[in-house]
Amino acid sequence: MARAATTTDAFNAVAEPRRRQIVDLLADGERPVGDLVRALGLGQPQVSKHLRVLREVGLVQVRDRGRQRLYRLNAHALKPIHDWVKGYERLWSERYELLDDVLEDLKQKERRDGDGD
Amino acid sequence: MAMATSGTAKVTLPADEQILIEREFAAPAHLVWRAVTEPELVRRWWHANRGEMAACEIDLRAGGKWRYVGRTESGEEFAFYGEFLEIVPHVRIVQTETFAPFPDDASTNTMTLTERDGRTLLRTLVQHRTAQARDMHINAGMEAGMQDAFDLLEQVTISLR
Repeated sequence: MARAATTTDAFNAVAEPRRRQIVDLLADGERPVGDLVRALGLGQPQVSKHLRVLREVGLVQVRDRGRQRLYRLNAHALKPIHDWVKGYERLWSERYELLDDVLEDLKQKERRDGDGD
Repeated sequence: MAMATSGTAKVTLPADEQILIEREFAAPAHLVWRAVTEPELVRRWWHANRGEMAACEIDLRAGGKWRYVGRTESGEEFAFYGEFLEIVPHVRIVQTETFAPFPDDASTNTMTLTERDGRTLLRTLVQHRTAQARDMHINAGMEAGMQDAFDLLEQVTISLR
């Protein structure tokens, strides 16, 4: 199952390093846009552009509090990416479970050989 | 990303061209080293219960070549090969890896072993040259994972007959 190739999915939205940085910053909690501008060291128009892309794919949500615009992460939208990596992770998990058995044999053999000394 | 739990490998994507695979083992580093470098031991785990290894060649020295061939239960073969760039016994292996159908998309993999209190953390950082090659690498593994799920489903179905 290959990942979707559209230009408007979560994969492409987080393919851009700055947008991934925004996602990381919002993972710690809701933040006003000014915070993000300071943390990223970018101009407000650029940050707003990245936030718009993230909003379009549902990765961030926004609400107004007084004069502030607060952005927060919608972790649910990251699920397709999570699932994509999961299949690969399963392959390695199964390999390493078998490797556990090999190591158990090696440890026993080493113990036996040690007893013989 | 998922938290590391006992028995589960943790896969993360630190950068667009990278894959990081981490897992802790209840054994000292010198035994993990043997299990990942001696062909007769690698043959016992690399197949991941998806068929068997048709070939496992390891010439463990800088400049030496390696080659793994997997064979699915339906007889299809898939090969990986590469060259060892750096060997630090019980600590680190740097090697290139090419999936045979995509000879232009080799990755450079750095495996490190860190032993603490008799347990060993095995980390493999896969560094591709492009994000596309990295994604293809994961897709290939993902498909293997899906195939495994289908096989399991088939077994369950058979047991219900």
